Amino acid sequence: MKAFRILGRNIRDSFKSVFRNFSLSLASISCITITLLVVAISIILSVNVNNFATLVEKDVTIVTFLDLDITEEEIKNVEQEINDIQGVESYEFQSKVDISKEMMDSSDVFKNIMEQWNQEDSPIQDTFLVKVENIDDIGKIAKKIEKIDKVSIVKYGQGMVEQLVTIFDVVKKISIGMVIALILVTAFLISNTIKITIFSRKREIEIMRLVGASNLNIKIPFIFEGLFLGLLGAIIPVIATTYGYVALYNSFDGQVFSPFIKLIEPEPFIYQVSGVLIVIGMLVGMFGSYRAVRKHLKI
Amino acid sequence: MNLIQMRHVKKQYKNGVTAIYDLDLDIEKGDFVFVIGSTGCGKSTLIKMLYREERPTSGSINVGGIDVAKLKNRKVYKLRRKLGVVFQDFKLLPKSTVFENVAFTLEVYGLPKDEIYNKVIKVLDLVGLKHKAKNYPTELSGGEQQRVAIARAIVNGPKLLICDEPTGNLDEITSMEIMEVLEAINKLGTTIIMVTHDTEIVNRMKKRVILLNAGRIVKDYKKGTYKHEGV
Repeated sequence: MKAFRILGRNIRDSFKSVFRNFSLSLASISCITITLLVVAISIILSVNVNNFATLVEKDVTIVTFLDLDITEEEIKNVEQEINDIQGVESYEFQSKVDISKEMMDSSDVFKNIMEQWNQEDSPIQDTFLVKVENIDDIGKIAKKIEKIDKVSIVKYGQGMVEQLVTIFDVVKKISIGMVIALILVTAFLISNTIKITIFSRKREIEIMRLVGASNLNIKIPFIFEGLFLGLLGAIIPVIATTYGYVALYNSFDGQVFSPFIKLIEPEPFIYQVSGVLIVIGMLVGMFGSYRAVRKHLKI
Repeated sequence: MNLIQMRHVKKQYKNGVTAIYDLDLDIEKGDFVFVIGSTGCGKSTLIKMLYREERPTSGSINVGGIDVAKLKNRKVYKLRRKLGVVFQDFKLLPKSTVFENVAFTLEVYGLPKDEIYNKVIKVLDLVGLKHKAKNYPTELSGGEQQRVAIARAIVNGPKLLICDEPTGNLDEITSMEIMEVLEAINKLGTTIIMVTHDTEIVNRMKKRVILLNAGRIVKDYKKGTYKHEGV
């Protein structure tokens, strides 16, 4: 009961003190707001880049051409063997009949040429389109498929895919690194701002100690105050993220430059980003206050 | 046992200055003691050690059963809850009302709201400031502010009240008003130890007087025997 009473008072006092020291609070809040805005932008960018990279990687397909003289029975065998390879996510069979039809439908030129072919001398081969779970394994899997009996050629954009993977890997690492670095810088900046505002309240802490407040008694209201500052500072970034991203998404029609580069759907993405911003704001605010008060308690 | 017991207390600051040399002092419960002496004689250091703002370099200090010399930093609050301190510069929270300033002490201890209210009003009545409970410190005169500080110091009913030049910023009439408040508090059973420059007050009050010089007690006048003749 007593502990709850003290906690309740601490929360009330910290709330009061945000408003009683309004100009100083405003300094901390604006600092949090600005840094969180930058963090929000970098999170949105980095998640989108990551998402795009993942989508592209998922799209990479191993095209497996089968021998021209392959029988139904042998196709079944190849399918079984592909199915048995570890790391294969999915595969799809396209018979030469399907492919010819598709090609003839797509252009009249093809149609004219292909109509002259009969079943035997058609150069079109039955194919399997294989997708892999992890793009790093694509080379290995392609080699395994190549060794299967009655498989003639395996193609997946050798060379280019490996480069793409390397580039995406670097981009992903850089973007994640940047977000982490930014969060750390934010923590440092905010905690320093709060430190300055608390420095001006050294006297308050001194009096608290004098009348018999334990160190915990003194720390808790300041930590709550930091939490409130963080929350207040997160308001504008959250609003900006929520409305800004939706506006951005709509104005680009969900894609940047080409249908190839897709933006992440706003929902639930914006809520996730907002949640992250609020949590960062609160944690950093609390941490900043804690660090600042501790100095004045001579621990 | 005496309320305050100091044995062979020595205080040397980090810069090498020795403020107190081998000091022994006993103060009984319910006493009213003045500590006087010229500037730099160590009187502030002496009382700062009593509420553990400073730590003695060697020797033992016992205040109300607490071994102050060995008290850990994070346990200091236990001592502070047993005593009240009043300063020359009042040390009030400027952004809190008179009531809040006094109630602050009790809130820290986690007392229920109605109990806090009753105690604060009672103590404000004792120092004669009940009608100013809702004012802010800046709206009060120096004497009134000091009375708020005294109210804050005694609201918890401490055994000991330490006053560091409480009348240093006040004129003669206001000073005597403060002394009357302190006298009343002393009569209720609180031990008071007060550091002052003002020999006029000491003359009038006729209490035990401890004269310090260069970190040593040079004279301990029993109650009523001190008479300042002027230097």
